[in-house]
Amino acid sequence: MDSASLEPSLYTVKAVFILDNDGNRLMSKYYDPELYSSMKEQKNFEQNVFNKTHKADNEIAFLEGMTVVYKSSIDLFFYVVGSAQENELMLVSVLNCLFESLSQMLRKNVERRCLLDNMEGVFLVVDEIIDGGVILESDPQQVLQKVSYRADENPLSEQTVAQHITEKLALTSNVLQSAKDQIKWSILK
Amino acid sequence: MIKKFDKKDEESGSGSNPFQNLEKSAVLQEARIFNETPINPRRCLHILTKIIYLLNQGEHFGTTEATEAFFAMTRLFQSNDQTLRRMCYLTIKEMANISEDVIIVTSSLTKDMTGKEDVYRGPAIRALCRITDTTMLQAIERYMKQAIVDKVPSVSSSALVSSLHMVKMSYDVVKRWVNEAQEAASSDNIMVQYHALGLLYHLRKNDRLAVTKMLNKFTKSGLKSPFAYCMLIRIASKLLDETEGGHDSPLFDFIESCLRNKNEMVVYEAASAIVHMPNCTARELAPAVSVLQLFCSSPKAALRYAAVRTLNKVAMKHPSAVTACNLDLENLITDSNRSIATLAITTLLKTGSESSVDRLMKQISSFVSEISDEFKVVVVQAISALCQKYPRKHSVMMNFLSNMLRDDGGFEYKRAIVDCIISIIEENPESKETGLAHLCEFIEDCEHTVLATKILHLLGKEGPRTPQPSKYIRFIFNRVVLESEAVRAAAVSALAKFGAQNDDLLPSVLVLMQRCMMDSDDEVRDRATFYMNVLQQKQKALNAAYIFNGLSVSIPGLEKSLHQYTLEPTEKPFDMKTVPLATTPITEQKTEIAPVTTSKLPEKLAPSRQDIYQEQLASIPEFQGLGPLFKSSEPLQLTEAETEYVVRCIKHTFARHMVFQFDCTNTLNDQLLQKVVVQMEPSESYEVIHYVPAPNLPYSQPSSCYTLVRLPDDDPTAVSCTFSCTMKYLVRDCDPNTGEPDDDGYDDEYVLEDVEVTVSDHIQKVLKPNFGAAWEEVGDEFEKEETFALASVRTLDEAVGNIISFLGMQPCERSDKVPENKNSHVLVLAGVFRGGHDTLVRARLALADGVTMQVTVRSSEETVVDVILASVG
Repeated sequence: MDSASLEPSLYTVKAVFILDNDGNRLMSKYYDPELYSSMKEQKNFEQNVFNKTHKADNEIAFLEGMTVVYKSSIDLFFYVVGSAQENELMLVSVLNCLFESLSQMLRKNVERRCLLDNMEGVFLVVDEIIDGGVILESDPQQVLQKVSYRADENPLSEQTVAQHITEKLALTSNVLQSAKDQIKWSILK
Repeated sequence: MIKKFDKKDEESGSGSNPFQNLEKSAVLQEARIFNETPINPRRCLHILTKIIYLLNQGEHFGTTEATEAFFAMTRLFQSNDQTLRRMCYLTIKEMANISEDVIIVTSSLTKDMTGKEDVYRGPAIRALCRITDTTMLQAIERYMKQAIVDKVPSVSSSALVSSLHMVKMSYDVVKRWVNEAQEAASSDNIMVQYHALGLLYHLRKNDRLAVTKMLNKFTKSGLKSPFAYCMLIRIASKLLDETEGGHDSPLFDFIESCLRNKNEMVVYEAASAIVHMPNCTARELAPAVSVLQLFCSSPKAALRYAAVRTLNKVAMKHPSAVTACNLDLENLITDSNRSIATLAITTLLKTGSESSVDRLMKQISSFVSEISDEFKVVVVQAISALCQKYPRKHSVMMNFLSNMLRDDGGFEYKRAIVDCIISIIEENPESKETGLAHLCEFIEDCEHTVLATKILHLLGKEGPRTPQPSKYIRFIFNRVVLESEAVRAAAVSALAKFGAQNDDLLPSVLVLMQRCMMDSDDEVRDRATFYMNVLQQKQKALNAAYIFNGLSVSIPGLEKSLHQYTLEPTEKPFDMKTVPLATTPITEQKTEIAPVTTSKLPEKLAPSRQDIYQEQLASIPEFQGLGPLFKSSEPLQLTEAETEYVVRCIKHTFARHMVFQFDCTNTLNDQLLQKVVVQMEPSESYEVIHYVPAPNLPYSQPSSCYTLVRLPDDDPTAVSCTFSCTMKYLVRDCDPNTGEPDDDGYDDEYVLEDVEVTVSDHIQKVLKPNFGAAWEEVGDEFEKEETFALASVRTLDEAVGNIISFLGMQPCERSDKVPENKNSHVLVLAGVFRGGHDTLVRARLALADGVTMQVTVRSSEETVVDVILASVG
């Protein structure tokens, strides 16, 4: 599988990406310009990784000559990729830091919708953990402190209010409709 | 805008993606609100997120539109919203390569980097370094130096990592920051420590002394960061490897001490470093193996994977060292992570006993379909190794492999299986028929041209010699009917071999050939016509020369010679002997050169080592006119490893001359050598005619000088000679730092070890796939036979090895492998003697007290026979 020992270097992470449960890319960063340089190669790789990993939560896999560590949560899949010779535990520490940071930022709601609603936070967190393939920080507390990003504190934000109102409206119209029906039927009887 | 966007959301339900139907043009349109005053941070933030999201999805932004958005974005620096500012940094980094004039934000970023807000400073440095080029870097150098030693860890880390990224681009500038990095390395923050160490190593990695000093310092002072420890371990093991330091060195002690670190990451790194060291003894491996054994029962899958992967590596070289872990590995076979299970099984296959093989094979087959192709290849390789270890198990393996061959899989996987089956066939004559049958079945439905042609080639070679050659004809002829041109051509060649070797099959083969002559492809037709005519002659010598044993010249060499021939109009026919011979590949099955001239197989012939030498030598004017290069020897060390000058010699043999190439390396950084020649004093009637000096030999840049020697014409039997060698040169002392040499120098010399020319330098290895046919072809005109007693040799293996290395000829028919428990053996060797004379040697060996050897030599030239017999005696 591999023969050459590792050239000492800080460049540990080759790529990091987050996919949804259909294997679609939500966020991805490739740090080695020689590895999957075109978008097509990247998406093929992600697809291949997803197909091989989404069924079983196995934490680690070896694919296309790369070590891939991964984690899933509800409808999200988090991946960190390193070379075949890389210390697997280093990659795991990056993955854990990413997951923990996001989990705290999203207040444990690590699921697709919540992640997408706080996409800017996700970009910032990844930027604080890895810079150009170098592990910048591996402690989730430090990452959050540096990002100083909070997911919307107020649960009744502009958007949720709107959603709330429409739901209410829909409900009322339903009630009205059923009332109408009942009257209609009672008359017919 | 936001409202509209939200509405769309609700329609498609709560699980939808708010970014799903983003249009690049619409987003760029929205970006115009960046110019509104006052700035609405919330809306702007959302738009920046959309832009980054689109870039992330692979949306292509044109230079103009990107530049426009980028310029609009710069206005957002007026806002003091933290998240917005951070997103601006990200946008700058993402757009650094697509937008023009990104450097206009330099001043804004420099302000943030030196400002009061610590939250901005680190990210601002990283964004700034992304858009800075070498010329601009000088302007911010002062700030960078300050930032590296800043008290705030995030600032210092950002500056260090950014410096590391810029080493590639502007090494000279970053080099000046070494002192600051040194200071940062003693920081209390673990990440700063790690980044500083990484940068320091990068700046110093070419200076071994500095690296050693740095290692000494850090291994003594101790670090806090586990990452930094891993880095140190890697640096230490690399240094150990380069200096070939013994395992008593303090560096090795340091790595071993890391096995007791409290962080698993460091422990694993240390264990892995020890395992990967060359020539580690079992005792040194033991502590590493025992920590890996502990990891095998860890609840973390990644740790188990790491441990078993490393143990697997140990098992390749030291299977006995891993036996202690067998029980733990057995438990991993049922691991839910199939990668771990596969690695565990393949490790067990390497370490386990013969009796456990059947059980393990059964276990693999239960889940082989669930693992990735990469691991399937690993499994096949393990099986292949196992077959060599336990030849008696070949029937189990063969069955297993044939089942795998039937499953789905990519090319690499199939090729690994085919290679494995072929190697089993070659190792075990008993398995030949079953193996060939499986392969025949495989090519009936094989989509890979390379594999099909390879198998056909093998069938042609092995099939005619089986008890029932006729049964293969059907499989081969099916290919002619069904497959692509390349496969059809290979099938025709295979058919011809059956016809040539089996007289009773010849009439039917001729009928089939006749049909192939109607093929739609011209290569197939040409081959069929050619073989048809050769076969109809019914002459053994012709068959041998044109059907069994193909061309032995190098294909790139042939191409060049033919091109040369067409350029110079001449009456003379083209002479094959002017073409340099191919250097025989190490393994037999790799000779995939089809019998007739250039093959159409879709494989590229990389120029061999010898072709490269041929090119190099031909470019030196003094060596033109020597004819084609006949043979180049392996490099020969003429100095000890750790001396001032390192010299190695390569002997190039031509038809009447020899060129000695001396690759010299100067390991003294305070000397520049000039006009370097190696003076040679021959012991026999060899004549040195010319020296080509190496004009300059600066520190650590290898350079070559050459010596041309004429071989004695009058006495063709003088094949061996000893040369005493002295390197002569002009020394100019120079400044070790700048490399600036003094004006004048002095002559000096350095005595090297002797170079010997032996009979093997005059013979090129040539593989005759069918030795018997070649033996008949050369004929017994100049046959000579003699018997020798090799008193000092104790085993047949040893005798065979000695003869091969002494004569430098190619063993054929796998006769270099002596079957176990035999008292006699026949070794057959083939080669071409300088001048293009085919030479064959048959040595019958018998083991009594010593080894008795009867040597029979045949050649197309009488003197060659004499030379070989004389040299053996």
